[in-house]
Amino acid sequence: MCLAIPGQIVEIAQKEPLARVNVGGVTRNVNIGLLDDGAVAPGDWILIHVGFALSKIDEGQAHDQLRMLRAMGEDGLAIEEVRGYSFAEPSR
Amino acid sequence: MKYVDEFRDAGIISGVAREIVRAADPSRLYRIMEVCGGHTHAIYRHGLRDVLPANIELVHGPGCPVCVLPTGRVDDGLAIAARENVILTCFGDMMRVPGTKGTPLELKARGADIRMVYSPLDALRIAASNPEKHVCFFAIGFETTAPSTALTILRAQELGVTNFSVFCNHVTIVPAMRAILDSPDMRIDGFVGPGHVSSITGCRPYEFIARDYGKPVVVSGFEPLDILESILLILRQLDAGEASVENQYKRIVPWEGNPPALMALARVFELRPYFEWRGLGFISQSALGLKPDFAGFDAEKLFNVPGVRVTDPRGAQCGEVLKGVLKPPQCKLFGTECNPEHPVGALMVSSEGACAAYYRYAMHASAVEA
Repeated sequence: MCLAIPGQIVEIAQKEPLARVNVGGVTRNVNIGLLDDGAVAPGDWILIHVGFALSKIDEGQAHDQLRMLRAMGEDGLAIEEVRGYSFAEPSR
Repeated sequence: MKYVDEFRDAGIISGVAREIVRAADPSRLYRIMEVCGGHTHAIYRHGLRDVLPANIELVHGPGCPVCVLPTGRVDDGLAIAARENVILTCFGDMMRVPGTKGTPLELKARGADIRMVYSPLDALRIAASNPEKHVCFFAIGFETTAPSTALTILRAQELGVTNFSVFCNHVTIVPAMRAILDSPDMRIDGFVGPGHVSSITGCRPYEFIARDYGKPVVVSGFEPLDILESILLILRQLDAGEASVENQYKRIVPWEGNPPALMALARVFELRPYFEWRGLGFISQSALGLKPDFAGFDAEKLFNVPGVRVTDPRGAQCGEVLKGVLKPPQCKLFGTECNPEHPVGALMVSSEGACAAYYRYAMHASAVEA
């Protein structure tokens, strides 16, 4: 439930508070409206929960978090969740 | 030990475990509550109880959103799904939580339009692409999740989406901790504080626990080493006769929390006068409802939900397990009528629930040892 998934920002959207994020090779848009304006830039790492960036983290923390998810057997769930974010993807 | 050994820092872990043994006074019993269900899951998965001395008892707390949701609220949500032209959306965890007439998944199989989403924003998108239907999001979760619902409601307002609503079941962790501290049958010596919730709320909301109740609170990360370190910090406070709030999870949790998220919460939600928690009963000011400004998005107002109260299934002792009075296997239904394939109570549904965690890891471990 409180899965916090590390991802790396690829691109920041111009108009909406959205960032294109890479999570283990899957890229999706996530909402960055819970972070301060201008808090993140491409290349930065964030923790993602239900489609929203919860906090900015550093690369080491991102690896720690990924290791934790793997150890908990939840890395598959995390990827499944990110793959499921469809709110800002083009219609199929 | 088997799970712990998989960690690269197994050596450090046994070091901390030894320090815990040294710090624990063998003549007393320590009851430490891990508040968050994520910690409960980690404790069982990594077999952490096996590295702790016998006089440290870990009590599983109420921090599992589906576990504390009373059956009446599940029924209320499913009553919304039974309306014509309504699509009910919810997170995956929720799909298998039993209501009186079945789980959301079972009602879906019987024809209700219930869809699993990974984000409240996905529910909003379903609303935007189905203008002839009403889309309701069954919102659950603590402070980690509530800001996302708040921003989704603000976004719906901004976009002028009128066929979208939220059935709000967001709860706040601190009043539940206070209820536990005030309960006569729960003697807790210290708390392993929630990690991701605290990344939103910060550590200040726990200060009254140290100040007024004299109990240590250590906000903790989720790796085995984090949890053991947090337990050690609690023991050290107890042995020094001190009580304070410490932050073991500084790498993720700022002391002041996440101000933009707290602002979003304050904008959209207000505290309900009271809310029912499974096992803990009614707790005052423990849950969030939509402010009157957002009444147009409030499913409780739009659908006049029945507001039913339902007792736990006969024989199931979810309440006692949730309060830490009983251990999961002490419940009469544990492992027999109630199992992860056919959960009778919500604690058997989520991996964060004490019963599901115990069933998956502790039973398996004892079977292997035997």
